[in-house]
Amino acid sequence: MRYAETGYNLEVDLSRGSIDRVETDPAETELYLGGLGTNAKLLWDRVPPETDPLAPENLLIFSTGILVGTPAPGANRTIISTLSPQTKLMAYSMMGGFFAPELKHAGYDKIVIRGKSPNLVYLWINNDKVEIRDASHLQGKGTLQTSQMIRQELKDPNVQIAAIGLAGENRVFFASIEQGKSSASRAGIGAVMGSKGLKAVVVRGKKDVNIAHPAKMMEKCNDILDYIKVRDKNPLGMVPPILAGLGSPQEMRIHDEEWHTTNFAWGNSRTRRKDFWTEDVEKEWTKTSEDVRERFLSCYNCPMSCGASVAYPGLQKYMMKCYSKLTYTMASFTDLDFGFRIVQLATDYGVDSFTCPQTMAFAIELYEAGILTDAEMPGFPADSEGRFFWLLDKIVKREGIGDILADGTYWAALRIGKGAEAYAHNNIKKHEQLPLKLGMLNPIYFLMYSTGEKINITQIEGQFPQAPFPTRADREDFVKDWVHVPHERFKQYFLDWEPRGENSNPYYPTVQMSCELVDWMEMMHYVDDSVGMCAGLSSFPLKPAYHIHNYPEVLSAATGLAIDEEALSRMARRTRTLIRAINIRRGLTRDDEKPPEDHWKKRFPELEKQLIDEYYKFKGWNEKGIPTSESLHELSMDFVADDLKKRGYLEE
Amino acid sequence: MSGEKKVEFHVHKKRIIKNIKIDVDKCNGCRACEVACSLFHARPKYSSNNPARSRVRVIRDLVNDIYVPVFAGEYTPAECLGRDKYVIDGKEYDECAFCRASCPSRDLFKEPDSGLPLSCDMCESDPPIGEPMCVQWCLADALIYEEREEEVEEGVAAGDMEIGVEALIVKYGLEKIAETVGRLSKRDKN
Repeated sequence: MRYAETGYNLEVDLSRGSIDRVETDPAETELYLGGLGTNAKLLWDRVPPETDPLAPENLLIFSTGILVGTPAPGANRTIISTLSPQTKLMAYSMMGGFFAPELKHAGYDKIVIRGKSPNLVYLWINNDKVEIRDASHLQGKGTLQTSQMIRQELKDPNVQIAAIGLAGENRVFFASIEQGKSSASRAGIGAVMGSKGLKAVVVRGKKDVNIAHPAKMMEKCNDILDYIKVRDKNPLGMVPPILAGLGSPQEMRIHDEEWHTTNFAWGNSRTRRKDFWTEDVEKEWTKTSEDVRERFLSCYNCPMSCGASVAYPGLQKYMMKCYSKLTYTMASFTDLDFGFRIVQLATDYGVDSFTCPQTMAFAIELYEAGILTDAEMPGFPADSEGRFFWLLDKIVKREGIGDILADGTYWAALRIGKGAEAYAHNNIKKHEQLPLKLGMLNPIYFLMYSTGEKINITQIEGQFPQAPFPTRADREDFVKDWVHVPHERFKQYFLDWEPRGENSNPYYPTVQMSCELVDWMEMMHYVDDSVGMCAGLSSFPLKPAYHIHNYPEVLSAATGLAIDEEALSRMARRTRTLIRAINIRRGLTRDDEKPPEDHWKKRFPELEKQLIDEYYKFKGWNEKGIPTSESLHELSMDFVADDLKKRGYLEE
Repeated sequence: MSGEKKVEFHVHKKRIIKNIKIDVDKCNGCRACEVACSLFHARPKYSSNNPARSRVRVIRDLVNDIYVPVFAGEYTPAECLGRDKYVIDGKEYDECAFCRASCPSRDLFKEPDSGLPLSCDMCESDPPIGEPMCVQWCLADALIYEEREEEVEEGVAAGDMEIGVEALIVKYGLEKIAETVGRLSKRDKN
């Protein structure tokens, strides 16, 4: 018997209309654990590097993580992996909610989808019975309405549905896949789903997920729940309220938005408004939020309640998550009320809440600069709200200028020309980033932004504070119960980190320390993504519930595998290395590994070069960022080295 | 029989009433209660998770923002003659939404493999685990366990013979029966 995992994948070929239930190799679990790790292995093995992301040969993988469906609180993530139409690299976006547990209870660890259906279909997985069904009646329908119609059609309120909206159908490069209150939205995976003619994946499962060591597992889970209770009662000091607790930032609960509104840039990631947050704004926004907020909601088997349902008068109810309510508000220089209205529509169309508002703000800048004119944008409204609604509509329908903007700022700027490139200024690896423009370079963040292959800073940061605390006494207080560090010396790094003076950014933490810290933070995200654990309980917040010291026991109890800290680190390293190798084969180079030029005012080219050089070495990569034969051998991944040699990326 | 005064014997007894208070407003829809329940009732204990086997189900309707934990009650062999449908605060709940019964009209509270009915046993076990598992795992405090003592009057249960004699009295009248009993007792003495 397989524990924690089912040991089966569902293989669907939409071109041929074939469906197979395929047993997986337990040895792969021991090497890559599951979730993201085994997704990467499938993409490496089966998608040739020259594949066009929107071609039928690309795979779209919906995966559970190894702990999904076990009692581990917060293990509910669906890890969706494919090739991105926007970055052209491997894309992996994830979502919480209820989809992945349902899939595992239906008897599958993953759904591996290839091919392209001639007409729009949806996939209906009802335990052992799997059908490809006609979805022509759902064409053009919003994600919320699609879910509602499918539930009624199947006469089962308990099915879980992952669907695309108009944006996905029209292959918008930042289209999301939406599911209840959750969405997987980065890197255009919704466009890949649209390219396959797949409107939705629907799943219902009623089977057991088995636990190898039941009593031990329960003991560990109860420890986790106890810790969550303690953290709930004791928010961290010294960090903004929005980051003081566990979970995804409590955007619908905490009304103090000073941190986001004054630290993050408005418009097309341009303007800092350091005086924006006043008592009047706080009063008004609190009222706006509380008027529309219906109730707090959680994902499967998690007590955190990070989302909330929103009932804006006259609009269909929807779920607000994380900081989407502010990305549109801030990109458009409007207010929170507008944020709540447009996110409803954006969720229904199925677009990413980082890239979409930024792309619209980019278009407005181009219009104001005279690069785009009324010729390209006939009927473009004069007011900011009107402009955003107008642009959103054009983009998701790929109408007129919308067809160009739908590729995101990088590709749009290339097509528009006339100096538009300078306005697509906030990208890394062709993908829009958080709107942050800061002063002094932070060496840790420099490395994370440059080398991250999840393309989003929130998916690599965490664990180590974003900035030094002002006084030594505060720092000493912080490290007292900091059991989460892999090495005691990390506490010292933090104790000695000062806001100014000799031990401050950019030369402290030192290059070596920065490498160690970034590697740790990144590793914890890679573990989560293979486990299916929400980063909100693990790799994202400071002092999380899961960490490198308690994960091995939880994983061993659930799976029956002997997993210690070293083994877990190696699994994460293998996955990390394999993704790097996939992207190397797809053309990723060292030149791509840099933050937006204007991310920091103060830059240090020599230090930056040294940081990258040393970090590559630390990771076992050569000076071009390619994993070396030796490091691949050490990870039992000679097959990767052989391929990279054959293709000329490594020398024989 | 008319005018007959029926004599009943009563015993005053105390019993513990176990109650789970469900605060629907606090439910965050996470279904940890379902996970905890299915684990506790797995054999061996905690060896598998499957919310489809749970004796508590969160009735969920995302579109209408409905989240209501409902516990499995007793099995009923027949459907109700009529049905009910509640509308509360403008939200329409599904037919029979709040009913606890495992019933032929629906899929709820049945073992997925065998179809056998499931019912909440308040996690009674030896040794006892304290509060039921679902309550322990509900960190949103939507499920609160309460115990109270209640004094119950229990009538003395009528024995088989008493039931038989009563049936004869109904059929023949008390006098005739008394006469018969008297005659028989004399005859037996002789």
